[in-house]
Amino acid sequence: MRRLWITLTYLVFFLLIAAPLGKMTIGAFSEGWGGFWNALTRPEALHALMMTGFVVVVVTLLNTLFGIMMALYLVRANWLGRRLKSLLNSIVDLPYAVSPVIGGLMIVLLLGPDSALGALFEQIGVKIVYAFPGMVIATLFVTFPLMVREVMPVLQEIGSQQEEAASTLGAYGWTTFWKVTWPSIRWAVIYGVILTVARSLGEFGAVLVVSGNIMNKTQTATTLVYQDVENFNVTAAGGIALVLAAFSAGLLLLMEWSKRRKGVH
Amino acid sequence: MHVEVRGLNKHFGDFHAVKDVNFGITKGHLIGLLGPSGGGKTSILRMLAGLETPDSGEIIFHGKTVNNLPPQEREIGFVFQNYALFKHMTVFENIAFGLKVKKSSKNAIRDRVAELVELTGLKGFEKRYPHQLSGGQRQRVAFARALAPEPQLLLLDEPFAAIDAKIRQELRSWLRELIERVGITSIFVTHDQDEAIEVADEIMIINQGRLEQKGTPWDIYKEPKTPFVATFIGESTLIESASELKGFKGAGGGKLTKALIRPEYIEVGHLHEFKMASATEQGIVKHLHFRGSEWLVEVEVNGHKLVTYRSLEKETLTPGQKISVLVHRAYLFNDEHSWIQENGLKEDPMPVFI
Repeated sequence: MRRLWITLTYLVFFLLIAAPLGKMTIGAFSEGWGGFWNALTRPEALHALMMTGFVVVVVTLLNTLFGIMMALYLVRANWLGRRLKSLLNSIVDLPYAVSPVIGGLMIVLLLGPDSALGALFEQIGVKIVYAFPGMVIATLFVTFPLMVREVMPVLQEIGSQQEEAASTLGAYGWTTFWKVTWPSIRWAVIYGVILTVARSLGEFGAVLVVSGNIMNKTQTATTLVYQDVENFNVTAAGGIALVLAAFSAGLLLLMEWSKRRKGVH
Repeated sequence: MHVEVRGLNKHFGDFHAVKDVNFGITKGHLIGLLGPSGGGKTSILRMLAGLETPDSGEIIFHGKTVNNLPPQEREIGFVFQNYALFKHMTVFENIAFGLKVKKSSKNAIRDRVAELVELTGLKGFEKRYPHQLSGGQRQRVAFARALAPEPQLLLLDEPFAAIDAKIRQELRSWLRELIERVGITSIFVTHDQDEAIEVADEIMIINQGRLEQKGTPWDIYKEPKTPFVATFIGESTLIESASELKGFKGAGGGKLTKALIRPEYIEVGHLHEFKMASATEQGIVKHLHFRGSEWLVEVEVNGHKLVTYRSLEKETLTPGQKISVLVHRAYLFNDEHSWIQENGLKEDPMPVFI
């Protein structure tokens, strides 16, 4: 009986993770190294990978900054009422619960060319939806809880006494943050960054709705994979997918390594 | 520095934590804020530090109102209950923090830290991290760190609460000496009356947000101003109706008056041991408890249970034994006022002068 369960568990693991990954790798190399290389060096593929790269960099920077600030305000600010704080606290989790496609739709409705805000931006020459800014906003929406949820528990755990001690010793906000708070939340921020990078790398739904998936303009790596599959170009899709998967695996290893580092520290 | 507080009030939501507190503290004194937990002591301390904003009232340092000064500019040192050491910094870095913030020179920092390390007996531990220290050592680090920038006022929140009983005793006298040597005005919060009595020059009793009494430990012990202070400081037994005690007939002038009696107000022994036998009353020894250096004796007199101590040198009593009891004095109080009264029968009604 026990053996049956063990076999079954491994079978599920194989069917769910190992087999698709293997099949994808084989698909990517079905035309040999040359086919894989060609799939990656198509102009639209290079552009899509570049777009993904830009989105990842910008989103990670913004999410790190505002995620840390949000966590700080939710935990430390006593000028916020308790009710308001708990309301904000639950709203932070909204992107977890809402499908990314719906997130993208909300952004289109709010900032699309037919909306008042969108028209206003269009007038001053800034295109948001169906352009890079919209894609960043959509990805930010999806990744927002990641940093906040990593940093908040650590802030709660360390409490505010060390910061108060610093203030009685003459240190103002900025010094206190860098000398006292930052060393304590550093590892949480690193996890948050890794999770944000991984999530924004793989984000599909929200970006698809907001970007319009315009080749060589707003197409990202994931939406290109989608289009390649639609066009029955399995080799090309597999090639890009493999690159994305390799990146994610690398991030996971980085996370494991940093966890071990933290244990040592 | 000289500290003055006027009409201090603080609410947390609906909870009135500090109620109209006024006091002044002489420069160089060591003050104990004593009272039950949740009584507002820590809130007062945090308002002095600037970590909490009072709803109304004034805090005056050196004749200057500091209500609007942030903690950074109040020239205070604060020792937190759990020390709040910077856990990613070594002992040296912890102590040096306040000096670095002030941008003191490297040499000045090294000298000052070395001086404090010497003073607090932490020599050899400079490179350790807080988690590598014992509770007592952490407390010393917290103390050195607070003293490093040479504050004018030292505030300590339950400084010994997290330390085991034995070391606490040592640390108390150590702290007392150290503060005397540094000569800094200090205020510490405690809920432990022994600690306050032993360490403080002056005690302020805080209960339910109010300052009940301020004075030297001896004054407060001798002359408690409110029933709360009388019960809180020292041990005592409460008697619902004082006039039922022999020698206190008519106490309070007919009004229902309660009495608090401390163990040392009571004397027990055989009738012939007393000079004024008429002031004594018959009692029965109920229980005996050995307290290391003396006996704790519970006697029942007229249905009231009284508690007193008895020297080990004297003849040992046995439970159930009949014995004479003399109540020398009692702390009496009713709805209007409170006072200390001596036993009325102790004075010989017909003194014979020879």
